[in-house]
Amino acid sequence: MGTSLVDAGSLLALDIGTVFTRAILFDVVEGRYRFLASGAAPTTAGAPLNDISEGVRAALDQLQEIAGRTLVGPDEQLIIPSQPDGSGVDACVATLSAGPPLKVVAVGLLEEVSAQSAQNLATTTYAQVVETMSLDDRRKTVGRLDALMRLRPDLIVIAGGTEGGAQQSVTSMLEAVGLACYLLPKGQRPEVLFAGNSALVDEVKESLGSLASLHIAANVRPSLDVEQLTPAQPALGQVYRHVRARQMRGVQEVDMWTSGKLLPTAMAFGRLIRTLSKEYAHTSKGVLGVDIGASATTVAAAFSGDLFLNVQSRLGLGAHLPQMLELCSLEEIQRWLSVEISDTDLRNYLYNKALYPASLPATPNEMAIEQALACQAISLTMRQARGSFPAHAVDSLPGLLPWFEPIIAGGSVLTQAPTRGQALITLLNALQPTGITTIALDRNNLAAALGAAAEANPLLLIQALDSTNFQNLCTVISPVGAANYGAPILRAQMTYADGHTSKVDVKMGALEVISLPIGQFGSLQLSPLHRFDVGMGGAGRGGTVKVMGGLFGVVIDARGRPLGLPSDPARRRELLKKWLWTVNA
Amino acid sequence: MSANAPVTHFLDLTTLRRERLLPVSGKVLARRGQRVNASDVVAEALLHPEHILLDVARGLGVPADKADQYIQHKAGDEVAEGDLLAGPVGMARRALRAPRSGRVVVAGDAQILLQVDTAPFELHAGYPGTVVDLVEDRGVVIETVGMLVQGVWGNGRTHYGLLRLLGQDPAMEILPAHLDVSQRGAVLMAGTCQDASVLSAGDELPLRGLILGSMDSSLEAAARRAHYPIILLDGFGSLPMNPQAHQLLAASSGREVAINAEVWDRYRNTRPEVVIGMTDRGNPSMASDVAVHSVGQKVRLISPPYMARLGTITRLPGVVVVPSGVRTQAAEVRLDEKTTVLVPIANLEILE
Repeated sequence: MGTSLVDAGSLLALDIGTVFTRAILFDVVEGRYRFLASGAAPTTAGAPLNDISEGVRAALDQLQEIAGRTLVGPDEQLIIPSQPDGSGVDACVATLSAGPPLKVVAVGLLEEVSAQSAQNLATTTYAQVVETMSLDDRRKTVGRLDALMRLRPDLIVIAGGTEGGAQQSVTSMLEAVGLACYLLPKGQRPEVLFAGNSALVDEVKESLGSLASLHIAANVRPSLDVEQLTPAQPALGQVYRHVRARQMRGVQEVDMWTSGKLLPTAMAFGRLIRTLSKEYAHTSKGVLGVDIGASATTVAAAFSGDLFLNVQSRLGLGAHLPQMLELCSLEEIQRWLSVEISDTDLRNYLYNKALYPASLPATPNEMAIEQALACQAISLTMRQARGSFPAHAVDSLPGLLPWFEPIIAGGSVLTQAPTRGQALITLLNALQPTGITTIALDRNNLAAALGAAAEANPLLLIQALDSTNFQNLCTVISPVGAANYGAPILRAQMTYADGHTSKVDVKMGALEVISLPIGQFGSLQLSPLHRFDVGMGGAGRGGTVKVMGGLFGVVIDARGRPLGLPSDPARRRELLKKWLWTVNA
Repeated sequence: MSANAPVTHFLDLTTLRRERLLPVSGKVLARRGQRVNASDVVAEALLHPEHILLDVARGLGVPADKADQYIQHKAGDEVAEGDLLAGPVGMARRALRAPRSGRVVVAGDAQILLQVDTAPFELHAGYPGTVVDLVEDRGVVIETVGMLVQGVWGNGRTHYGLLRLLGQDPAMEILPAHLDVSQRGAVLMAGTCQDASVLSAGDELPLRGLILGSMDSSLEAAARRAHYPIILLDGFGSLPMNPQAHQLLAASSGREVAINAEVWDRYRNTRPEVVIGMTDRGNPSMASDVAVHSVGQKVRLISPPYMARLGTITRLPGVVVVPSGVRTQAAEVRLDEKTTVLVPIANLEILE
């Protein structure tokens, strides 16, 4: 049934999210890959249907109707490869984020070293670490065994032992895992992912191989000061697929259509960002991707091919929404609200939204709440992710976002915002970029699909990554420095292709927009004052930069880094409204 | 996008089948065909097993490679506290005895792993009815005939008792003063709860259950801690109980209700429900769990500003821009004689 993507023509991508299932069709038109159409239907992973196939078929039905092409045969199976009569597709990829987060126990030697790396690996997919075990916790084998029997994790990630380092201590940590697997009924045993000292692989296979569904990955902590999660991610993806196939009806069938390559959506999204970062390696900046959905908020940052993926299942805008309040206060969400909503109403909204994750904001007030929640979720995920960025990531000041080029954002709360300006302000407030960067919106929700196809069909990724699908919102210039509110900090002059110019004197606290339509280029001369850093080589340094047009042209975000908001709620709301107004939102 | 949508039931008479499953493997105690009450235990399992690892070599004072020959039990054996596990050895008749009663789960390599006896988790039927099927090692399927009211949030507990209505107003707030000793053992019903001390007073009485239209979300943690079932029929906030559910329940005041306040988990297929068994009412048909949106359908709105209001679909205009600015499939819903609203179809729950 499955087929290789090599030399494939048309490609169907299925994206099974918590709320919606999308079927996306790409094909070669006039010698170039293009996104042709997509169909969507509610995901049916949960009650009452409890089978993802129903949602997949409904999405495919809609896609067939829109594209005018038969993709599913009379036997209800996907037609692969395409037939001479034009029906079917040549390849299929699929991504999945529906389902509860995987319950993970992270096992390592030292809590702050390998156990932390095991945890970090788990946060590269839809998972919740429910327990950490290490030599530091001083529990005996039976204590760990009882914990495992009580928690019944879906997955145990074992790290520990640097390359050429400890072996005996790791083996002792395996005892409890082995006993738990032995004592649990076969169908309820956890998946075990070993990502520790490679010298122990044979021993691990011998002790756990017959007891658990064992997966081996590269050591995530090869030395004390090096953590490398990326090589272990394919094995984690495989584990995810195994668990989901066990938990959800229909997953196996979709996996078969993809020749066993069904991926967690976040991992596919990460692949896209990593691939892009290789293309942008010459800029010495990273590439940043942000995807916010009902199941999680994902931040993928890649620096010349090194991917740093962070998936926060507690920060999805769906059933786990109340968990956001474990990570922040209501006040922290309130600060992003441009309308007056009481704390009580805001908290009740969160809890009700968790009951009905598929519901949509019906009025402007609810829309403002959703955007404030999105802003806070991205901000918190970014805070978590920033800790793992490499030391060579270029930043203006410690604690601020490093330089990225470009930033790609996706997720319904952004792409379905009534105005693009709302999406832009949400992103600027949440991310607070520094230096010079472009921000693009994945308006057709293609990023994960392209990431899933990237490995076998890089041409598709490159050709489909155009401004039709990834809408360039703007080039953002974010000066970093210290000055009083209202003090001039930057002089900017845009020279357009036709030779005319436009000058702006930017004051501290301002958000300025210089128009530059999509498809046009301009030459922007920047002269920072008061030693402000605009990302041109250091504090006070200016110069001329070629900028690309976008929906909002060039945006100079001089509101300060970190962004300071008035403590008075009324003044803060007025300011937020003013910024939205600046970008016509 | 005319896909199947889930249905919420407020039914005066229906046949329902519900799986009642242990969270982990265990022992099914009920038999097929057995009639059960909501509080009957139908299955049990050890949710939090506790183990003791005994070092046989050290206990007997023998070398590890000689220890196994002295072990007196094999995996699976039940032992009582003080039973001989290994030995006796030597002149002193050194022996290793069970420190607590339990079951030997591993014996060998100079070690004995004992799973000690702990109180099992008991799975209650949750519904009055008949066990029509068994799920091996996991639980039962129960069939019931009666009234069904589905909720949106539950605190995970199950019980039954006589339903008592606090007042005729669906918006009535339950107050600490309402909980006097005359309510002991009752399942109370009220519009809303805004005061955490009501929930703790319910534990002190104790109540057997609390059915609410809504509750302020700040009480969620306290409600989870309560030892009796609490169920919300409409959501969080200060919403009155929807009139359809209120009417059904109010008409049943004084009858015995089963309140199964399971957590609403779409993946595990569990939903909080209130059921009144009526075995003498024949065999009504089972209600469908899915339906396609259509004009004339009764619906509940599940998002502000009309949260929990009931209405009827009067028009399905397709994809339109709703007041929030979102472009989506929408429906026109008549809430009352004077009010018709346009809302995203995703914000409607079909009622039957």
